Amino acid sequence: MHENKPPVDWDRLEAKPEFRALLGRKARFIIKATIFFMAYYLALPILVGYAPELMKTKVFGEVNIAYLFALSQFFMAWIMAFVYVRVASRWDREAAAVIADVK
Amino acid sequence: MTISLIMFIGFVALTLLITFWAAKRNTGASAYFAAGRSITGWQNGLAVAGDYMSAASFLGISGMICFYGYDGFMYSVGFLVAYITVLLIVAEPLRNAGKYTMADLLAYRLSPRPVRAMASLSTLTVSTFYMIAQMVGAGVIIERLIGLPFAPAVIGVGVLMLVYVVFGGMLATTWVQIIKALLLMAGAILLSYLVLQYHDFSLAGFFDAVSKADYAGTAEPKNLLEPGLKFGVAVAGPWGPLDLVSLGLGLVLGTAGLPHILVRFYTVPDAKTARSSVVWAMAIIGVFYIMTTFFGFGAATILKKALIVTETGANNPNMVAPILAQVLGGELFFAFISAVAFATILAVVAGLTMSASASFAHDFYSNVIHHGKENRPGAEVKVARITAFVVGAVSIAIAIFLGPGVNAAFLVGLAFAVAASANLPVIIFSVFWKRFNTTGAVAGLVTGLVSAIALILLSPNGVFGKAGAVFPLENPGIVSIPLGFLAAYLGTILTPRDLEAEAKFSELTVRAHTGLGAEKASKH
Repeated sequence: MHENKPPVDWDRLEAKPEFRALLGRKARFIIKATIFFMAYYLALPILVGYAPELMKTKVFGEVNIAYLFALSQFFMAWIMAFVYVRVASRWDREAAAVIADVK
Repeated sequence: MTISLIMFIGFVALTLLITFWAAKRNTGASAYFAAGRSITGWQNGLAVAGDYMSAASFLGISGMICFYGYDGFMYSVGFLVAYITVLLIVAEPLRNAGKYTMADLLAYRLSPRPVRAMASLSTLTVSTFYMIAQMVGAGVIIERLIGLPFAPAVIGVGVLMLVYVVFGGMLATTWVQIIKALLLMAGAILLSYLVLQYHDFSLAGFFDAVSKADYAGTAEPKNLLEPGLKFGVAVAGPWGPLDLVSLGLGLVLGTAGLPHILVRFYTVPDAKTARSSVVWAMAIIGVFYIMTTFFGFGAATILKKALIVTETGANNPNMVAPILAQVLGGELFFAFISAVAFATILAVVAGLTMSASASFAHDFYSNVIHHGKENRPGAEVKVARITAFVVGAVSIAIAIFLGPGVNAAFLVGLAFAVAASANLPVIIFSVFWKRFNTTGAVAGLVTGLVSAIALILLSPNGVFGKAGAVFPLENPGIVSIPLGFLAAYLGTILTPRDLEAEAKFSELTVRAHTGLGAEKASKH
């Protein structure tokens, strides 16, 4: 596909300060986000398993904490996806700038 | 019965037309394995959702919620949250650095032959377990719906599936998946609407009825909204709650290692589209699994136990959704839901066969046997077609051998556990850890694969039954996933540094994070 282009100097690209900074920001975001969603998600089975009486507490009518917490997971997932897409499109622009001179 | 048959035939005719259309566009490996990278974000999102909302989730979860209430709903939650793992960690680097299979990513900087051989073994294992589960489900449902006996039903599904895969490749498989996802969503929305209508559109009234449901067949009514009807009962003692955590881990980390989901990210032109397709999939899957509240719990409030029995007299949780459709919407709706269930199985099985055969042809045949020096054009596609045929035939044979009685959830659980324990650690380490080497990858794949399978065999669902179980949990994830990570880590640090792999890490990093050099969409 790109046989007739000069070989890409991957090490030079990887060492670019802008690229290093981008990787750092990406890593920090992904690690924080992963810790958050895993903790939020695993809190559900842990609470259901170890504090069943608390989870059975009714909030509206027959609807209990367990169900509301489970439902909140869907919104957590959607919000997280929304936030990720926003930051990732910024990363896209920064990544495009890094490789602009070899394209 | 006749309406069902007409709908079945209609669906089959439609999908065969798609396959015929796709077959004319199959020119070369990229077209066959990756639909020419021409799929757009929303299309792939629907296809990912379609691959995911399998018979096990549509039929299985409705049944699980109807029988066990809230505990069944826990699956719905895990199935959606899992996509954050896919979105944040797996989808984009995979699309940027890979070509057709998960192993492309691993082989980038690691020694290709051992890594590809192991990755293709793990892919084949996961796909086959998943597929047998779907085949058994198909057999049971078709047996009940159109009266075809189990064995011919399974063979029929297998043959149709092979037609899509062998002739249509990834393009046909994707479109079958998209149509099926739309039909399934339409069916689920209508079913939820009918359940709410039954309860006079009062959410309070609906939840009141759920809390007093007497469906579960016990002497006194149970509050299905309360947790603890399934988990903590099946596994007694101190292990009960831990089993739930283990299940959660397996669900949330397994999806990101499922081969038929991973290959979907090669059908799109770039990483941005891969990301947007995950978001589309999350929207669709999320709405679908929230609706399981209505048809799962709804079935518990509306159906009477006597309705949900199979020919053998046993309660079959897989039939809850179609029977609910029949009670609320009559024969026509029953036929529609049944045809959708059939379409679901067909499409998921086609997706699985596609990922298994791509992995065998691309990883094993071309790169392990032929050292990646494939010079006969078209040979890889030809091998993939033959593999699809063999994988299909083997799964049909095993499904028929195991018979309608085998627990489909057990097989799907195996697939998830293997995917989370074997595939995910090596994907993560190869993208994010410079020091990672070939020994680590092979150790991770082998340990994850073997420990997940061994723990399930030793579990209460396994070979020794509940009484003789050596491993107390039903779900192996909490042990086998850390083992997979640990083995990949130890395998790496206990063996000498692989300077070549570390040198190529720069290349992989730049590719994975910028998309430089990734194969773009081909023009048809």
